[in-house]
Amino acid sequence: MNEQQQTLWEFMQQQSDKLLTQTLQHIGLTFVSLFIAVLIGLPLGIFITRKKQFSGPVLGVAGVLQTVPSIALLGFMIPLLGIGAKPAIVALLLYALLPIIRNTFTGITGVDAAVKEAAVAMGMSKWQVLFKVELPLAMPVIFAGIRTATVITVGVATLASYIAAGGLGEFIFGGISLNNTNMILAGAIPAALLAIIFDFLLSRLQKLNIKKLRTVTTDLPLLLLLLSSLYFIPSAYGTKLKAGFTPEFMGRQDGNLGLISKYGLKIQTLVINDAVMYKAAYEKQLDVISGYSTDGRLKAYDLVVLDDDKKIFPPYYAAPIVRENSLKKFALLEKILNLLAGKINDSTMTALNYKTDYLHQSPERVAKEFLVANKLWKPARNGNDGIVRIGSKIFGEQYILASIYSMLIKGYSNYDTSTKTGLGGTKICFDALTNDQIDFYPEYTGTGLLAILQPSPKIIDSLTHSKDETYNYVQKEFETKYSIKWLKPIGFNNAYALMMRKKQAKDLKIKTISNLKRFLESK
Amino acid sequence: MIKVQKLSKHFGKVKAVDEISFEVKEHENLILLGTSGCGKTTTLKMINRLIEPSAGNILIDGKNIFEQSPEILRRGIGYVLQNNGLFPHYTVAENIAVVPQLLKWDKKRTEKRVAELLEKLHLTKDYLSVYPNELSGGQQQRVGLARALVADPAVLLMDEPFGALDNVTRSKIHAEFKALDELKRKTIIMVTHDVQEAFELGDHICLMDQGKIIQDGTPAELLFKPKNDFVKEFLKEQRLLLEFKTSTVKSLWHLLSNEEIKGLGPGILVNYKDDLWTVLERSTFFNAERLNMMNLENKEMKTVSFESLMSAFYQYQKGDSHE
Ligand SMILES: Nc1ncnc2c1ncn2[C@@H]1O[C@H](COP(=O)(O)OP(=O)(O)OP(=O)(O)O)[C@@H](O)[C@H]1O
Ligand SMILES: [Mg+2]
Repeated sequence: MNEQQQTLWEFMQQQSDKLLTQTLQHIGLTFVSLFIAVLIGLPLGIFITRKKQFSGPVLGVAGVLQTVPSIALLGFMIPLLGIGAKPAIVALLLYALLPIIRNTFTGITGVDAAVKEAAVAMGMSKWQVLFKVELPLAMPVIFAGIRTATVITVGVATLASYIAAGGLGEFIFGGISLNNTNMILAGAIPAALLAIIFDFLLSRLQKLNIKKLRTVTTDLPLLLLLLSSLYFIPSAYGTKLKAGFTPEFMGRQDGNLGLISKYGLKIQTLVINDAVMYKAAYEKQLDVISGYSTDGRLKAYDLVVLDDDKKIFPPYYAAPIVRENSLKKFALLEKILNLLAGKINDSTMTALNYKTDYLHQSPERVAKEFLVANKLWKPARNGNDGIVRIGSKIFGEQYILASIYSMLIKGYSNYDTSTKTGLGGTKICFDALTNDQIDFYPEYTGTGLLAILQPSPKIIDSLTHSKDETYNYVQKEFETKYSIKWLKPIGFNNAYALMMRKKQAKDLKIKTISNLKRFLESK
Repeated sequence: MIKVQKLSKHFGKVKAVDEISFEVKEHENLILLGTSGCGKTTTLKMINRLIEPSAGNILIDGKNIFEQSPEILRRGIGYVLQNNGLFPHYTVAENIAVVPQLLKWDKKRTEKRVAELLEKLHLTKDYLSVYPNELSGGQQQRVGLARALVADPAVLLMDEPFGALDNVTRSKIHAEFKALDELKRKTIIMVTHDVQEAFELGDHICLMDQGKIIQDGTPAELLFKPKNDFVKEFLKEQRLLLEFKTSTVKSLWHLLSNEEIKGLGPGILVNYKDDLWTVLERSTFFNAERLNMMNLENKEMKTVSFESLMSAFYQYQKGDSHE
């Protein structure tokens, strides 16, 4: 434990530059959004107290906006506003809007009608009633709304890193994908602290007596503006092409680090989430992205894989990994899972992925069609012999594999299944497995090697050129370290790959990563 | 001073106020009296345009109030709300200074005026910086009154200003109210549903029912010349008390004759202008057997027993109500 803390501290010290920029970006991002949200929400809230017929629709729309999943909202923003700061701020302010509008509305409508009437009866004009009576009396409630909005925004701002807007999310999501606890904590702890500190400060403001509140009310916009200015768009050096890499790719030896050290590639790079990356490339917001070689979106968005001529991306052969205890408990399980061994090659997998990612067919349908076509399909049996828990990471390919396995298990045994799909990144999925939350999930040899086992660079170098050696190594190590068994590979290799738009690659005559480097260096 | 002509207010089908007309002379105190929901508040609010009437006219000092800007009109009319409506975020001083601030008085003038009013209303300076929620109900009503009086408006509208008070506090405030010199120079319209209060404070009473004025007259007229059964019924419960309060020694003088009273009990001097209620209170207090009274007009003296005073009163009552 002590060692863990120390290494976290070391990590933070070592990454202090990044940590500081990310924290400042995070604060800035939070307050730009909050500032604009107050500028919009407060007048809108006041407006709907005057025109009550609009209160239902306005609050309804703001409420619906808040229920849109963040990543979806960010996705919608890309065609409209591109990637980076603008869409992130817009998305954040949309989330912050509801509590501000709602509390302004309830705060003002909650002011004692007799007091309002007294103000009118004294001879105050509409504006005087608003500024001298309604707003001051509603202020504690409005403040509570701003407080809620602040905490929400600090939280959601971690997602800004999905679309290359920076913030502490870079560490958090990078850490989750890389199975690096220190990195997760280095992002999560400051983010949580920010939420707690801002909440505390605002709660103090809220409790100030009404008199002092008046001065605070006038100073607050200034303060917000000041904090907002902390946000500056990460100043990257400009190059002819722009790359967008996932946080996971950014931190990996077999990712961006390898691109730099082995290829000497220098390209302006943004950190972005995998869910929006392909679309951003398609929309010409990005030119080069890090992807997976079997991703269906490759086909959907008309992208092409650049050849890894120096072999820095290790093999990523997929195979189910199972708890040994589960294999004992479900005697038929190993045989059933191996039914799929060697059955799916790269192009088959890409085609299956294309069906879900682009044609939006359900993973179940795709799975069933595949099994029927390969004569593996059998109808489900009674399923009263225990439940096999299947896990999957949060992307289409894993959903398809999980569905296929589920159908095989139900068809070839009396086991029932429960699927826990969408277990985030590698770390979450693997932790679920070791903690007996699931019985198995499909994993990739490269991920097992680099993200979970993390052996010395020497061992990695000696293994990654060969598919079989990598497989044998992870199989042996997993068995001894975790009592987890790698079953036979499914067949395809979902390795990392750099991709570009087909047309652009063709126009620039870029086929390999070395071509790309040469193009970037040419004048 | 204030003329209300054929004033009506309809809320949908409800005729809250139905073609009422009345007039208040300068420095007079008019009471709008009636049961809950009869339209008193609505009438009052139309006078400072908190409610716009459906029909009718209101003149103050001969000027049509609907031709003025409502804000300017309201700054010239003191208004005491049914439940005081003090601003909870303002101190007592700031609450009282609302209208001076709107009228852009300078600071010194406002401060001086606030201090003066506080003293007249028997609140010490310590209360200046206190917030309304720290005041008792009675104190809040005084502040509400001070706020309405601060700019010395010629017209004062009061909606059940003493509504939330217990009886003891209320009669104390009534006494202060009557003694307050500021109020003697004002034309006041006051709403109440308390018959006693109406009789005690009003020069004139409009008894209302279902949006209409049933009778408009002095307290004595309402008591002794009720227009119809509704008026009689309305005053029935407190009739005796009210009659005691509205009949003075002066009004009974012609029915009283000097008597020789034997006995050793004490005698008291009774004021010619006092009402019978006061006489009753004093004589029970002193356990008096002889009431000595003097006609202030011709200096004639009479001594009577309490019993003779009462029989004179019953005679007076019969005679008057049979007229
Ligand atoms: N804004 C309104 N909308 C609809 N009806 C109203 C409105 N205000 C008052 N009324 C109705 O008008 C009638 C008179 O109301 P008003 O407030 O003048 O009564 P009030 O004599 O002051 O009663 P109280 O002694 O209870 O204060 C009532 O029947 C009331 O329900
Ligand atoms: Mg009323």
